[in-house]
This record gives sequence, C-alpha cells and structure tokens, in this order.
Amino acid sequence: MAVYFQKREVVVPGQLLAEGRYRASFGTYDDGDRIYSALVGLAELRGNTVKVVALEGVYIPREGDLVLGTITIVTGNNWKVDIGGPYLASLHANNALRRPYDDDISRYMDIGDVIAAEVIAFDRVTGPFLGMKGRGLRRLDSGMILEISPAKIPRVIGRRGSMINMIQDILRIQTMVGQNGRIWIRASNIEVMRLAIKAFKMIEAQAHTSRLTDRVKTMLEEEMANIHGEEMSEDMFEEPTDIEDSKESEDIAEPAELVEDEDTAEGEEPVKPEKSPKTEAVDEIKDDSPEDATEEETESEETETETKEEVSE
Amino acid sequence: MTDFSSEIISHIDRGFVADLLSKGERVDGRAFGEYREIIIEPNPVAAKAEGSAIVRLGDTSVVAGVKVLTGPPYPDTPDEGVIMIAAEMAPMASPLFELGPPKEPAIELARIVDRGVRESKTMDAKALCIKPGKLVYMVFADVYTLEYDGNLIDASSIAVNAALLGTKFPEIKLEDGEEVATGKELTLPLQNMAIEHTVAKIGNHLVIDPVLKEAMVMDCRLTMAVDKNDNFTAMQKGGGAGPISLEMVDQAMGMALDSSKEIRELITSTMKNPE
Amino acid sequence: MSPEVKPDSLLNAEGLRFDGRRIDELRPVQMEVGVLKTADGSASIRQGKTYILAAVYGPRELHPRHLTLNDRAFLRVVYRMATFSVPDRKRPAPSRREREISMVIANALQPVLFLEQYPKAVIDVFIQVIQADGGTRCAAINAASLALADAGIPMRSLVPSVAVGKAEGTLIVDLGDEEDKYGEGDVPLAILPGTNELTLLQQDGSFTREELMEAMQMGINACKYLHELQKDALKRSYSKKAPEGEDDDDEMDDYDDDLETDLGEADIMEDE
Repeated sequence: MAVYFQKREVVVPGQLLAEGRYRASFGTYDDGDRIYSALVGLAELRGNTVKVVALEGVYIPREGDLVLGTITIVTGNNWKVDIGGPYLASLHANNALRRPYDDDISRYMDIGDVIAAEVIAFDRVTGPFLGMKGRGLRRLDSGMILEISPAKIPRVIGRRGSMINMIQDILRIQTMVGQNGRIWIRASNIEVMRLAIKAFKMIEAQAHTSRLTDRVKTMLEEEMANIHGEEMSEDMFEEPTDIEDSKESEDIAEPAELVEDEDTAEGEEPVKPEKSPKTEAVDEIKDDSPEDATEEETESEETETETKEEVSE
Repeated sequence: MTDFSSEIISHIDRGFVADLLSKGERVDGRAFGEYREIIIEPNPVAAKAEGSAIVRLGDTSVVAGVKVLTGPPYPDTPDEGVIMIAAEMAPMASPLFELGPPKEPAIELARIVDRGVRESKTMDAKALCIKPGKLVYMVFADVYTLEYDGNLIDASSIAVNAALLGTKFPEIKLEDGEEVATGKELTLPLQNMAIEHTVAKIGNHLVIDPVLKEAMVMDCRLTMAVDKNDNFTAMQKGGGAGPISLEMVDQAMGMALDSSKEIRELITSTMKNPE
Repeated sequence: MSPEVKPDSLLNAEGLRFDGRRIDELRPVQMEVGVLKTADGSASIRQGKTYILAAVYGPRELHPRHLTLNDRAFLRVVYRMATFSVPDRKRPAPSRREREISMVIANALQPVLFLEQYPKAVIDVFIQVIQADGGTRCAAINAASLALADAGIPMRSLVPSVAVGKAEGTLIVDLGDEEDKYGEGDVPLAILPGTNELTLLQQDGSFTREELMEAMQMGINACKYLHELQKDALKRSYSKKAPEGEDDDDEMDDYDDDLETDLGEADIMEDE
C-alpha cells in the first residue's frame, strides 16, 4: 500500500497516485491495483479513497446545482437556457410558474433574461433540466454577470460560505454564485463592483493555494480603505432599495434541497453527502432585513459546497 | 469584428454596459477615447518570415507575418509590385468563430485591413519593381487571430504595419533571365503608415477600441484609417445595422485622430529597436 | 530571415549534427501552458525554431449535428500552418497535407482521452503553426496534450511525440527542417508513456528492419524525456499563480472548520 502524492499537490494526467487497496474516485482511473490521475488538479486522500479535485474544465451539470443561465429560445412551454458547458438546458413552465399560466410564456421570461435556477435532472443522454421552484430562484435584473472557471467556484463560496460571505460583508454587495462559473453581482457603485470582480478573479487565479481567504480579505480591506480615503460621500453605501427583491423572496416556497445521491452515470460523478446541511446554514442567517435575500442565496449555495470542500484549506 | 445582432446577449450584460456608459464609465474602467494596453512583440517568426509581429490589444491578440516573394506583375500594372493582405478569423481565437472557409465577417476584416494599407499608399509599389512587365516583388501579409476580446480590426492593422516595418528581404536582380540574389538585404519601401481605429456606437455614446462585451451590444461601429499626415484614407461603417448621425461621425473622427499618433509611434519605436 | 541554404553535410567528422547536436540530442524545448485566454485550454511549444500554438475548446456542443456520436465526444483536430511559417509561402487554403496531419494527430491523441464521458459533444483541438522548422506534427502533439489537460479534459496520460530520422546512414533524433529535407528518412512517432505503446507512427525514406526498430526505440527514449518536460510545464503553470511565501504545511487559515470526510459511494473511471 503506497500513496505517492503530498497533500494539496498539483498532479497531472497519468501521474501514479497510489498502489494497493485504495479506491479510485473522481478525477482518477485505475489499472489493476494502481490509481492514476486523469486530470490536472489537487490530489486528496480521504480514508482509503483517492480523488483529484479538478482545477480546470467546462461546466458539467449535476443535480442540485444552482446555476445562472441566459434564456436563448422560447418554444411552446419550454425555455432553452444557456448555462455554459456542452449541454443546453431546458426549463419547463411547470417547473417555474404557478398555474394557471398564460399560453405565451415569453410574457414571464423572454430571450435574453438571466435566471437563477436549479438543475433538477441530468444525464448525459438528454440535456440538463432546470427548475425554479426554490428559495432565491428567480429572474435576475441589474447588476452584472462575471464568468470564471467553474472549477474554482467552490473556492469562491468557501467552506460553509466563508469566502463569499466575507466578500459580501466587506463590500456590502449582493451576489449569487452559480456552480456553472457565473457570479451575479449587484453593487451600489462601480468602484465596489470592480473590487468584487478583482476579488473573484484573484480567487480564480489562486484557487489551488492555501490561506486564500486571508489574502482576499486583506486585499479588500486595504482597497476599501483607499476608496474611503478618496471620497467620503454619504451615498457611498446606499443599500440597494429593491422592492422587487423582497416581494419575490416571499413568493418562494421551499429551500432548494439536495437530491439524494443515487447511482449516477458512469464516470466521475462526485459524491454528495446525504444529510441535509440545513442545520449549519441556519447559523448564518442574520437579522438585518436587506441582507436576508443575500443570506438565502448563500444558503442554497452552501449546500453545494459540501462536496467541493477538498479545495479549501 | 462581426455583427453580433443574432447572438443572444443577456439583458444584464446589455444593461450593465449601458448603465456604466450613462455614468461615464466603461466595463474595464477606460475613458471613452482610450485604447487598451498595446503590446507588440517584434519578429517572432524571424527564422522563416521576412517580417512578423504579435500584437496584444488587451485580451485580443493576433500574429501577422510578411512573406516577400518574386513573381510576375499584374498585367494592368506592369511596373508595380504586388501587395496582398489577408486575415483569418481562426476558430482558436473564440468560440464565436466557426470552422470553415471565411465568411463575411472574416472577409470584411481582411479587406478593411488591406484597404488601410493600400489606400494610404503605405508602400511605394513602383519601388517593388525589379523588371517592368517581367518580375516584381510580391508582398504578402497574413494575419491570424489568436485570442478574441473585441476589435480585431485595430489589432490586425497594428500587427500588419508592425510586421511590414520590420520586414527584411534579400535583394533580387534579373540577370540573363535568371533571378539572382545580390546578397544585399532590403527593407520595404514604406512611405506612409495608416492605422485603423474602430469606434463603437452604443446608444448615444461612442467608445474607441471596444471590448467584446461592448461589441456585442453596439448599434454599429465606425472604422477609420488615419495616416501619418492625419488624413483619413479609408472608412467603414459596420458591425450592426444601427444608423449613425453626422455629428457622431465627426466625433468619432476626432477620437481616431487623438489616438493615431501615439500608436504609430509605438509601432515605430518597437520595430526599429527590437530587443 | 536568412535564405535557405543546404548544409554541406548533416554530420561532421566528430559525428555531431550540422547544428552541433549529438545524434540523440533534442533541440531546446520550451513549453508553456495556458497562454491563450479565450480558449478552454492552451499551450505553446518551441522546439528549436519550430513554434506552435495549440488551443482546445470543449467539451462543447457540436455543429454540424451529423457528426455527433451517441456514446462519446467527437474529437476534432485542425492543424494549420501560417502562410509565413515556411520559407516558401504556404497557400492560405487548407492543404491535403494539413488535413492528413490533422487526422494523424487526432489518432495519436484519441487513445488517452475519456471521450465516453461526454456523449454528443465535441472536443476541438486547434493547432496553429507559427514557425515551421521540422517536426511540426510531433511538436503539435506535445502542445495539444498540454492544451487538453489545461482544458480539464480527463486523460489517461499526456502524449509525447518526436521524429527520428537518418543522416548519412546514422540515426538521429528530433529532426530539424534541413535534416528532414536533406536526410534519408523521417519517422514521426508518439507514445503512451505508461506502456510505451505507439499512438502515432509514420515513416518515409528507406530503413532496414533493424534500423527501424532501433529508430523507434530511440524515439521512445526521447519521448520519455519530453514527457517529463510536459509534466513539468503543467505543474509550473500552477506554481506561477501561487503567491510568494507559500507555506504548504498543515496550517489552516482563520476560516477553517472541521474537515468532513464523508464521501459515500465512489464512482470509478474504468480503463478500457
């Protein structure tokens, strides 16, 4: 029995990771009793399971993922949604609207609209299917969408939302982080918006390193101090007064639940814990009302971070 | 640059660009009349090409190469060299570029860059003649796109001019009907330099050197070639069917003139003193 | 650019090649990963004067539809030479040679890719030869392997490749342009580093059976070295991005919580 890599070592395809009675998991393949890496990524040993956390790659949908997509086609009772990656997603009106609804569904959401949705079903033969019946799932307006490498998203969220919450707190912005590499940001002014983009790009570049949360925090605090120093204006931190937002939150029914891990398609489907993480998420909810919407969003993302923790310190 | 009106641009992207413009800002923080950082790498293909340059315009990059060959002149211009400039929108540069023979956007790109060089008489074609009616120098400049984040036209124009400026080729003479290399090294007979400047119209705003996000929401763009005497030697409205007023054309011309000199000087200093 | 001159001889009295190399010596190689921002994965390679860029997009939706495969991704390689990459300008349109090389490169890469992971999708590999000085298809495979890994495409291994030739009866490794043009043969090959099996093998010129076996063995040895350079290039692209003073112990930062180790059932990628 032997393991041939260091903790958090960047491994490359074909690299021998382990030999003996180990189990080959995501990002690896085996040949006899030897396990090799199939990806460029960080090798991890958990118990006797060897896996490689990808550092690159296009978005491959998984059930339960929160994604941000753009509607490209409206056809009958379906919207086709571009979520990046090789598969165009479908959203059926029944999974998004309350009945009864109009025949012309473009009334509700049309081509060019950006939505936050959940992947409710996916196998590689048919495309991914989306649903919008869940907490925080809605059409997004204003703000901007930043695209980064989907493999780095777990680092953007951080363990139990530590990274994204820190960024939101310091900058006082609203965000929604899609597993497909898309981040929606709404800030009260352009300088703060640019800082947020800088932070996310920094995370993208350094996702494979440790102490990243500290470094990002330090960078943001320094930059914010600079901004404050230049201009002390009262409108600097106007909370986004968006009535639409709170109304939609009331509409929302249940929080997006993790789908239990059944037999997934052959390949490298990463494993998800089966317990609901709701208990941990509750600790994070704060009392200030404008922040509520934000916290709910991070709640649904947090459920997704469980499986990708390998990347954080 | 292509016409993106058929691509789906999200309302958020569209709104974001417009919102920023209304506040006097651009997505990457530049002023409306400001170019992205231009980096020119001289002579990357020195071993095989007579002239070459890689140009990075922000996150857009292209490589241009020049080959100087000899051949017969065109029948209607027996005492002039042959100049051919082409550009290819290679699919490696963007998921938006399709595989296959050049379509209209690629053809437009090539022809615009060609016109910029030709109409300004950048090269003295008569000086490329070896023997009238028999043998002339043929100058081929080709541009390949490597990365695309908007404004291939200006990037290609800078690259072609840089490559031409750095071109060195062996002198050929015709002796008893045979082509003979004299051993001397020549540079191209350059008498002008015209750079293309592209300005995008988005609503009521004009921005020079549009990035991809801006190119996807623009109503149209105006590309203008400006030569070393501040003369306009070529112009093309494209990139969308939106109309543009005379005032805006005038404004765009002013923006081009403001940037022209600096870019020409960058090209000249980089190619004349390659490190 | 200096005019093309045929060297007086490809091997000198000391048995060194016209550019000073030993018979089994590779040209100076530099590989870099992640050089193009738009592509999903990319790499550049300089092997002597040969300079090639490789860009990978995918897996992504495949157009035209009729090329889709129901059970796996379609691997599409497009190898193109810039008109100015060679002394005699190459015509811009795709040549038959380029198309053949595209196919041969695809065959060399296919065995390592887990294409069945992405049915109906396409993995596009674009290869742009910027400067050609011999061994372009081999250098292209070296770069394309890196670009595929950079794009996160799952692979069994990288694929190293090199061309072996013959000059004045002596076998030589990593042909430069002159050696290819004026030598007595060209054997480009590529291997699976794990098993040393060949995924690319072509030959022109004239070799005896023994010569060919020896040439291939020399090629395999050179490939092993190139493989080390490839792996190094990939790892290097990450160490570049790490901040300075990177202290990689078991220290956790302030935001760390307890490690969770519950993994449940694992799915394994089967080897074919």
